This record gives sequence, C-alpha cells and structure tokens, in this order.
Amino acid sequence: MTPAVAFQKTSRHFGAVRAVDAVDLEIQQGEFFAMLGPSGSGKTTCLRLIAGFEQPTSGSISIFGERAEGVPPYRRNVNTVFQDYALFPHLNVLDNVAYGLMVKGINRDERHRAAEDALKLVQLPGYGGRKPGQLSGGQRQRVALARALVNKPKVLLLDEPLGALDLKLRESMQEELKQLQKALGITFVFVTHDQGEALSMADRVAVFNDGRIKQVGAPEDIYQRPASRFVADFVGSSNVLPPDFVQRYAGERRWGSLRPEQIRVRRDTSGDGVAARVVSRHYLGAATKLSLDADGLKLHATVPSGTAVPEDGAHVMLTFNRDQLHLMEEQA
Amino acid sequence: MRSDRSQSAPLGIKIAAAAGLAFLHLPILLIFVYAFTTEEKSYQWPPPGLTTQWFAATWARPDVWQALGLSVQVAAISTAIALVLGTLCAAAVSQTRFFGREAISLLVILPIALPGIITGIALRSAFSLAEIPFSFWTIVLGHATFCVVVVYNNAVARFRRTSGSLIEASMDLGADGFQTFRHVILPNIGTALLAGGMLAFALSFDEVIVTTFTAGQQQTLPIWMLEELVRPRQRPVTNVVAMVVVLATLLPILAAYYLTREGDQIAGAGK
Repeated sequence: MTPAVAFQKTSRHFGAVRAVDAVDLEIQQGEFFAMLGPSGSGKTTCLRLIAGFEQPTSGSISIFGERAEGVPPYRRNVNTVFQDYALFPHLNVLDNVAYGLMVKGINRDERHRAAEDALKLVQLPGYGGRKPGQLSGGQRQRVALARALVNKPKVLLLDEPLGALDLKLRESMQEELKQLQKALGITFVFVTHDQGEALSMADRVAVFNDGRIKQVGAPEDIYQRPASRFVADFVGSSNVLPPDFVQRYAGERRWGSLRPEQIRVRRDTSGDGVAARVVSRHYLGAATKLSLDADGLKLHATVPSGTAVPEDGAHVMLTFNRDQLHLMEEQA
Repeated sequence: MRSDRSQSAPLGIKIAAAAGLAFLHLPILLIFVYAFTTEEKSYQWPPPGLTTQWFAATWARPDVWQALGLSVQVAAISTAIALVLGTLCAAAVSQTRFFGREAISLLVILPIALPGIITGIALRSAFSLAEIPFSFWTIVLGHATFCVVVVYNNAVARFRRTSGSLIEASMDLGADGFQTFRHVILPNIGTALLAGGMLAFALSFDEVIVTTFTAGQQQTLPIWMLEELVRPRQRPVTNVVAMVVVLATLLPILAAYYLTREGDQIAGAGK
C-alpha cells in the first residue's frame, strides 16, 4: 500500500539552523501517527512541510504517492488543526466550518448542510450561529476540527491541538480524537511534546530531537525498548544505566535501560543484588515510587500497593531479571 | 469605575477644564458667526446685522467650486494611493521578518514627524531637479507622503493583532492568495483601512504647507482661503467655506474614531 506520507532524506534548513535534517519517514494510510519531541526538535516543521507552509531545502515529500514539493497548501488534500485554532473571528461558527467548501465554490445551502453535519460529528450541533469569541477553548478546538474534517482530507494534521486545554478536558478530547480517527479512517498526524499523550493515543510514535528522528515505533517499543539515552530520558521514567553497570550484568559495554516496575526491592541486604539507599518516596495510589541511590547511580523503582514500603534512608537490595535489562542501540 | 465617580473633582479644576475647552472651541464658533454678518470688508464685533446672503454668493462663485473640486480630487487620489501602498507596507512589516524591517518602519513614519515645510522644500527641489513640471500630480504626490503614514499606522496596528495563522488556515482550507485576501484579510483590516483612509482624506483636504511648495497655478481650497483673506471684498464668503470645511473634516474624523474603537473589540474577540 502506498504510504499516506513519505519523507525521503528530507531537510529544511533555516540558514545555519537544521530544523529538519535528512529525515526518512513513512506514515501509513489510516494510521494515528504522533510526532513527539521537545520544542525546537523539528516536529512542527515536519508537520508544516506536509501542510505545504514550508518547502524542503533538499529531499522529497510524497503524499499518497504524489510528489508534494512546490505544491502550495491550497492544492494539497491535507488539512490542519492549528495550535491556536486560527478560527476566523469575523465569521460565525457555521461559516468558519464551511470556509473550505465556500472557496471551492460549493453553493450556500449545500455547504451549510455539510458544515452542520461536521458540527454534529464534533458534538456541537446548533452552535453555527455563534461567533468564535463566544466559545470556550474546548469548543473552539472542536470547531477547528470540524472545519478541517468537512473537507474530507486524506491526511489530518494536528499541531499540539490539546496544548491549551485543561487536564480534564484534554483527557476527554484524547479519547474523542482517537474514536473519531477510528470511525473516519483518516490518517492523523499529531504533533505533541507530551509523551503521555503520544503513547496513549498513537498507533506509532516518532521521537524527534535536533531535527532528526531518534526512533520510530509502536508506543510499547518506544516505552520498553528505547533506542538511545535521549529517547529513554524524554519518554521518561525509565532508568538509564551506564555502560559500566550494564557490562557487569549483561556482559556488553553498552548503555541500557530498565523500567522501574521491573526492579524488585528487598529489605534483606544479604545475598545477591545491587545495594542502594532510599532517598525519597512518592505515593502514586496503585504503587509507591522510590528514588534510590546505588553508589552514586540514581534509580527509580516502584513498589506495588500492599507490600511494605521501606522508609527514607533505609538500605535495600535491588534485583531484576537480566533479560529485562534492555540494551540500547546507542554505542557507549 | 465607581470610586472615581463618587469622588468629584474640585470646583477649580472643573472651571479650568471648561475654560480650556472654551479657549479651544469658541474661536471656531466666531468663524461661524462671521459667516452670517452683513459687514463684508472687515471683521467687526458684534456683527452689525445677520444675513444668509453669503451662502448664495458663495454658491455662485466659480473659483470656490474650482478650488473645492481640486481639493476633493487631490484628497481622493492621495487617499487611494495611500490605501494601496500603506496596506502593502504594513503587511510586509508585520507579516514577515527581513533585514532592515525596523528601519523601513521608521522611514515610513518619518514624513509625518518631519515639519511640513521641510517635506515641501525637499519635494520642490526634487521636482525641479528631475524637471517635473508642477501640476495636479505633484500636489497628489506631496499629499501621498503623509497620507501613506496614516493608513500604514492604522493597518499595521490591526495586522499585529490579527494572528498570522489565520492566513495559513485560509490557505490550508483551499483558498489561494486572492481568495485569502478577499475573505480573510480584508474583513479583518477593513475598518482599520476605512478609518485610516478617512483620516488621510481629512489631512489632505486641509493641507497648506506642502501644497504651497508642490502646486503650480492650481489652488486647493485651503490655499484659496488663505489668498481670499487678504482681499477686502466679500470676506464672509471665506467664512462660509470655512464652515463647510470644518463640517466636512469633522464628520469623517468622528466616524474614523468610532470605527477604530469598535474595531478594537472585534479584533480582540478573535482569540
């Protein structure tokens, strides 16, 4: 199957700044794809390259098999939900949603009917007469979504669409976006700096840093088998183990990672294991997270609820299964 | 603010404020009164009698009509030029980043900060150096220098409040450059352009200094009035014209004031 979006050695440089640097990427049709990375990592520039607001300095971009370099945004069957929503303040909600159909020359009745349907899809039926200024942040977000979807794009681009919403609203929108994507079968490309959001929503995640893709894979891959220290660090909460440490247990001098829940904590300090001291405890409900100091190496471990939690300053032994210690591709 | 209202200003300040306003506006009323006086050779107070004959006399004078016609044409064309150039310049300065952007912004505003006499002398020497004969078009050019600034200032303020992603959103939804201008940019900056245009028109309409340096034989209305004051015949005709000019400039400025005030709220509601 032709990929929905394909980057081949695609670069976008701004003077000396390599915003996107020789990126190879294939996004499959019908996929919910997340681009994850810190700010300035190139993820938004990648999105803008797909939308057509930026042109690659070198390399190529194909959308559904067609070369997209030099094609202006208004000739691409791709629509964007902007970070600040970018609703037209002078138009009411219905005309905002119908805008794409209006510039295509579709008559008033037909485009208003389609816009009303799109508003129903995002659970805002009957809001057509209001001005964007009269809506809440969550409602504007939905209008922006309806305005993009009414054009039946082949690819929907979402630029940090949930960034401005409060936590509760964000969680319900995540769920809704996911269901909408399943129901419509449209390829969604989603830019975020929130690793939790990327992992929980996407079918696949690309982790960006310094204009390059550090790892692409399913959320479980990224989470359990980070390819590099950067990915382990950014995706978060995994213990990053230095080559010396890894060599002792796995025999190879490589960087490694170990999930906190895979570390067992024993009060009895005799026998095998890594000796450590408890620095602090964080109660999380289902488990308690321990910050540990193993001879200068900072580690995290989780103790499930119901087991005894060692107090601050206690000396403990840490054990883990050697096959759960993940060796990173990154060389020492 | 309620606390401000309950605390009334002292009587002395009230009187001073009233006196200040009276000082500003009573002389204008005086002009209006002299438009009805029966004395035609000098301004005599109090007027020996009141008459409306000068309105008919003014109406019948072809030189008034000629000057008025010229002024309206010059103001209209200068404003039209200013609308196009001022908007383009404001769009460039506010939507893109380029080397020398701040310098260009300053250079555009400079003509209104410069004394008119400097602009006038500069233009006059430039025109004669380039051997351009003084004509209707040299007046228009002179006026356009400051009209552009007024439109630019209004447009640039509105552009800054208009999110740049609106234009991208429009393109993203399938609108080309022209459609984006017509359906998104123009509705968002329309009131600012109207206000800037009216202000530009009013400025051009009563301009004297630059006009004296850039006009040939033509007389715009303010210049005609200036020359009329030294002539001893039918003086109240000048006052009738002055009254018309005051009303003709006051109304657009008032309208511009209300339009931009309302525009603030419209643009502010966008985000």
